[in-house]
Amino acid sequence: MSLRFQVLVRLKEGVLDVQGKAVENGLKDKKYGAIKNVRVGKVIELEVDGLGKEEARTQVEDVCKLLLANPVIERYEVKEVA
Amino acid sequence: MKVGVVVFPGTNCDQDIENVYGRLLKAETRRIWHRETKISDVDLVVLPGGFSYGDYLRTGALARLSPVMDGIKNFAAEGGKVIGICNGFQILCESGLLPGVLLENVGRRFLSRFVHLTVESTKSFFTAGMSKGDMLTCPIAHFQGNYFADLSTISELEANNQVILRYCSGSGKRIDSDRDVNVNGSINSIAGITNTTGNVVGLMPHPERAVEMLTGFIGSDTGLSPFKCSVGA
Repeated sequence: MSLRFQVLVRLKEGVLDVQGKAVENGLKDKKYGAIKNVRVGKVIELEVDGLGKEEARTQVEDVCKLLLANPVIERYEVKEVA
Repeated sequence: MKVGVVVFPGTNCDQDIENVYGRLLKAETRRIWHRETKISDVDLVVLPGGFSYGDYLRTGALARLSPVMDGIKNFAAEGGKVIGICNGFQILCESGLLPGVLLENVGRRFLSRFVHLTVESTKSFFTAGMSKGDMLTCPIAHFQGNYFADLSTISELEANNQVILRYCSGSGKRIDSDRDVNVNGSINSIAGITNTTGNVVGLMPHPERAVEMLTGFIGSDTGLSPFKCSVGA
């Protein structure tokens, strides 16, 4: 049986998000000037095979630290999904 | 002196590095494929620029997991000399051999142009034969070159003289807020840094592309100086 996880990676507060700024400026051009502070993150979905819930989550957290997020600029959240 | 030039899938500045060390500085060079684990035969390792692994996930993030990086970490821990240029700098930051990270340029554009740099510290082997205030002029070519680290890391870098190169104007002036001088928005105009022991350096500009009068900036080959320092020439 495999467990499915969703990892949400986003830039920490205070880190300049140029992609978010580009989106914000694009919206401004389309008369959505009221929309502010756009921040773009990443959603990474993955499955873990043949491990118990706790062990699986630990491995996903490890992978977040190893590769999926850079702790200098990003934070992450791990969510188990059905 | 034997120089190892690391090649990841997507590395594209390896030949320029070989040109500098092999043809101009007469050192022995060899390419190190990223699957290699034994690199003890070389005296200096260079991680050249390029787009390793297509910059997927984050620049340098996947290259950092290549087998060769374990060898490079041990090599560096034993005092071996390591240079990362452009994507190589990004890889060194991702792998924790250097602090900080390279964010997207503040102006949201890929920048391909010449920049002026001042030598800020002679603490590293890459700048050891030069003097503080010396100027280099060489190209940059990057989208993620905006050096970032938290404030305490930055103050440590500054206090320990680990900032080796800064972007400056044509007359050698540092102007952090001027996008024509500090072109990518780096904190404190940082263009290159070294580790606490001075044996690992990373920089975004490409001095290896300004080592001959023909291709340098208006007849300038100042890019050659740090490479000379790195081999003690």
